[in-house]
Amino acid sequence: MPRIPDRPSPMAQPKSFLWTRRIVLTLLLAFVLTPVYVMLSSSLKNLQDVQGSFKWIPKGLTFRPYVDIWKTVPLAHYFMNSLIVSVSATVFSVVVAIFAAYGVSRYRFAGRKVFTVTVLSTQMFPGILFLLPLYLIFVNIGNSTGITLNGSRLGLIITYLTFSLPFSIWMLVGYFDSIPRDLDEAAKVDGCGPFGALFRVVVPAAIPGIVAVSVYAFMTAWGEVLFASVMTNSSTRTLAVGLREYATQNDVYWNQVMAAALVVSVPVVAGFLLLQRYLVAGLTAGAVK
Amino acid sequence: MTATAPPRRAPEAGPGSSGKTAAGRRLRPRAIERLRQIGLPYLLLLPALIAELLIHIVPMFFGILISFKNLTLFFIRNWSKAPWAGFDNYRAAIKFHEPIGQALLHSFWVTLAYTLLSVGLSWLLGTAAAILMQDSFRGRAIMRAIFLVPYALPAYAALITWTFMFQQDTGLVNHVLHDQLHVTSNKPFWLIGDNSFWAMVIVSVWRSWPFAFLALMAGLQNIPRELYEAAAMDGAGVWQQIRKITMPSLRPVNQVLVLVLFLWTFNDFNTPYVMFGQSAPHQADLISIHIYQSSFITWNFGSGSAMSVLLLLFLLLVTAVYLLLTSRRRGDADA
Repeated sequence: MPRIPDRPSPMAQPKSFLWTRRIVLTLLLAFVLTPVYVMLSSSLKNLQDVQGSFKWIPKGLTFRPYVDIWKTVPLAHYFMNSLIVSVSATVFSVVVAIFAAYGVSRYRFAGRKVFTVTVLSTQMFPGILFLLPLYLIFVNIGNSTGITLNGSRLGLIITYLTFSLPFSIWMLVGYFDSIPRDLDEAAKVDGCGPFGALFRVVVPAAIPGIVAVSVYAFMTAWGEVLFASVMTNSSTRTLAVGLREYATQNDVYWNQVMAAALVVSVPVVAGFLLLQRYLVAGLTAGAVK
Repeated sequence: MTATAPPRRAPEAGPGSSGKTAAGRRLRPRAIERLRQIGLPYLLLLPALIAELLIHIVPMFFGILISFKNLTLFFIRNWSKAPWAGFDNYRAAIKFHEPIGQALLHSFWVTLAYTLLSVGLSWLLGTAAAILMQDSFRGRAIMRAIFLVPYALPAYAALITWTFMFQQDTGLVNHVLHDQLHVTSNKPFWLIGDNSFWAMVIVSVWRSWPFAFLALMAGLQNIPRELYEAAAMDGAGVWQQIRKITMPSLRPVNQVLVLVLFLWTFNDFNTPYVMFGQSAPHQADLISIHIYQSSFITWNFGSGSAMSVLLLLFLLLVTAVYLLLTSRRRGDADA
């Protein structure tokens, strides 16, 4: 990953700059971390402690919310649904994106520009525009062919894979473009076909980009709310829908909800932070150009 | 991949028969090779194309079609039987002095105000943080990781936490404002009434500024170091360097970033849906949730689709005008 260039002569920074930096960054840290602190501290509180006025310091620490929440809502069930849907959507999306990005990056063909622009622009269209017709299409496919897409995990997987596709293709094209073409040519001279060149040369060289794209695809599917709220039923409900439903009831055990929110966030946030340097590099290669 | 040579030829093209098939070998494989060359990129794109067609393109045209239909609950399972409505759905949506149109217009203004505030503030925070963190200092890497947490958190987990913080009697916000700072004489409601709009803006900025930060950090890496060295040599201070070098160099990133943030925020559904549940307050009635509710609560899909199409047309218009204006200023055709 390219290092962020340091400005020359840091000693020359005036006091005004250093103080602005200190103040602004401290305020931003407080803004960003307050909800994280609320989530963490409340998840360790007793029920009485979250039912009265808010307290910064918990009266006593308990891990009960982390145990109880699995009984209060079918959390394990939601978790499995979210996991199956997100992992499948990620795998399919990344594979499809690799092929498409390779085509766009390595070949000049009629319709190349149209393809790129069309795929990218779907990313920008309002989700609500697709939601109503897609719902109807899924319901009607189910009626006429017996393939249940509405309310099934399959329907969600197909839908989610397209959500991350445009960005993934875009990012990977940028990545593939930065891999010297001579490498593919050398592989072809050695007897590899185009697919051999893709999988033996281009893909290994683009691993950081592919990892970044996978993280992005997983995050997209894991956090999606709109389509999940319409296209799932009680047996396929994902975390997004299940937790939201519980949190907007009248009598909410907030300590348990915070515990659940933390549990569902930790894998994603940890993955993202571990791989953030690839993601930033991927953004540099794809988005910033 | 040599296995894809035409099977008909395979038996006779033994190693010894070179003289007879020399001409054929030169001609036929070349034609097939050419065909493969032309066909291959399309083959590579095919899976992506099918997925996009199935989930985005076909539904989009289907949505335009049903916006001209009177598609209510009775016809959900058999939409082709729904009667045609002509432009009725559109007419109802833009009759701004009648209830449906009035509500849509109100929702539009709320969404516009929400988007402008959220994008403006997110951009400001992202730019400030990215520029202030351009130089290395102790703790920079950790701080950058922390700043990305709101972006990495699943939307609903973050939004549920904010919902808890905005609770009237048990939330952190009222505890700080009323109990600790004594700014308010009583504990205000944040999730209903006028305050709900501001609650939503704060949460939106919290969630989207890290993306601006991330993109701008990446953009800063593309600025050649020599520019700063030359400027420092000429005696330009840090503030001047930021104004004269950093900001102009970030313009291409900003062009894309602001547009992307605008479109995402304008289409935001998650924030009001998770914070307010099934019934968003009037003051926080964003366009996506407005269409969602008028479609799935009244089951009038024709009307909902017409509103979606109008929304799409508006966003296309904004995007076109924006790109036209900003590209002309940039002066090059980099797309």
